[in-house]
Amino acid sequence: MQCPKCHAAMHTYNRNGVQIEQCSGCRGIFLDYGELESLTRLEAQWGQQAPPPPAAPGGYPPQAAPAPAWGAPHGGGHHGGHGGHHRQKGFGRMLFSS
Amino acid sequence: MTTSATGTSGTGPSVVRALTAAARHAAHPGAGHPPVAPPVLCDACGRDETVLADRPDATVVRHESAVAKAHAPATDPAGHRARLAVAAHPLLTGILLPPLPVPTPQVSGRPVTAWPYGVPVDPDRPDEAPWEEAATLLARLHAVPPAALAPLAVPPTRGPLKAAQALSRMRAAGRHPAGADVERAWAGLPAWARGEAPAPEGGSLCHGDLHLGQLVRHPVPDGPWLLIDVDDLGLGDAAWDLARPAAWYAAGLLAPDEWQRFLGAYRSAGGSAVPPDGDPWPRLDIPARVLTVQTAALAVAKSAEQGRDLDEVEATMIESCARIATLITELATGPSS
Repeated sequence: MQCPKCHAAMHTYNRNGVQIEQCSGCRGIFLDYGELESLTRLEAQWGQQAPPPPAAPGGYPPQAAPAPAWGAPHGGGHHGGHGGHHRQKGFGRMLFSS
Repeated sequence: MTTSATGTSGTGPSVVRALTAAARHAAHPGAGHPPVAPPVLCDACGRDETVLADRPDATVVRHESAVAKAHAPATDPAGHRARLAVAAHPLLTGILLPPLPVPTPQVSGRPVTAWPYGVPVDPDRPDEAPWEEAATLLARLHAVPPAALAPLAVPPTRGPLKAAQALSRMRAAGRHPAGADVERAWAGLPAWARGEAPAPEGGSLCHGDLHLGQLVRHPVPDGPWLLIDVDDLGLGDAAWDLARPAAWYAAGLLAPDEWQRFLGAYRSAGGSAVPPDGDPWPRLDIPARVLTVQTAALAVAKSAEQGRDLDEVEATMIESCARIATLITELATGPSS
């Protein structure tokens, strides 16, 4: 699936049991019919259980660290394998040079 | 384990000889060293030297408990003296490694400095990198009031200029398929961030070149971590000191938990570059884009100069540039829906 705004590839993530598509380019999020309601319902349930945590600015899920609009997709297991791979290659060298 | 000081290339023997003398003097103060001509061993301890680095911009020789460094030939002498004096200033105790005296402060037009030897971060163990300590040291550095350093005239930082130099080096290395993405990301940055217009005022004491090679434990082997390298020390916007880790995080090289440890420690230590809570990216976005482009440009330049392909990590920085360029195009043309 391609992002309707920037035409980069969109990847599927599972957030609290709801499948969402997020653009790998602009990080915009596409929700299918009913998914916004599902998220709203989950949010309401969460609100009844405990005081809500401070909202992460930029509309990202509360557990994710804020990232810039041009950031690589992190977490959700999507790039997990990649991360480990980078570390075995030039990862160290990159972190040690000007 | 040691590389003989005579076995170097790239630097004239006079530079290594002067560094050897400076390092021996710093390691054995008061021993009184006659002029040395390697491979003559040190008359105080009978040992020789290790060349830790030999690049056009820096040559570093270690002798026992001390290292001596020849700085870049183009180093501005007045700015260098001010930066060195900052490192020696009592307000920087526990933040920056202080220098040791040198017998001759210059060789072949290059400033020479001497420092205690400290244990660096192990490049083979990036998972053990001291992110919290690095962040805390930066927060403390940024909290040093510049007025308290008077009468030292600390020069301004040169973040945009260094990035522009990286672009020049990439262009000089010849055409490269990855160059287009780097150029597009660069072209979309504000003129001030490219060094083509005055930057907004920033009055914090900054390190100017933070990476994991800029931390050592002193005293050896398990003293506290300290920042080293005064070559880019200056007054500027403190957010630029966080920009390289921010760029690694945005590229996917630094895991979210590592970035959060770094950022969280910086905030806990009262760091002034970002608000104490909430989204730090409004402050980090531009400098992190600049450092992304700078890192990518240097990667392209080095791979071209060395006649090799980009490695996977370098390619990741090019991908970051492509995303930055896409975003710029989108902002320029407006949303399509």
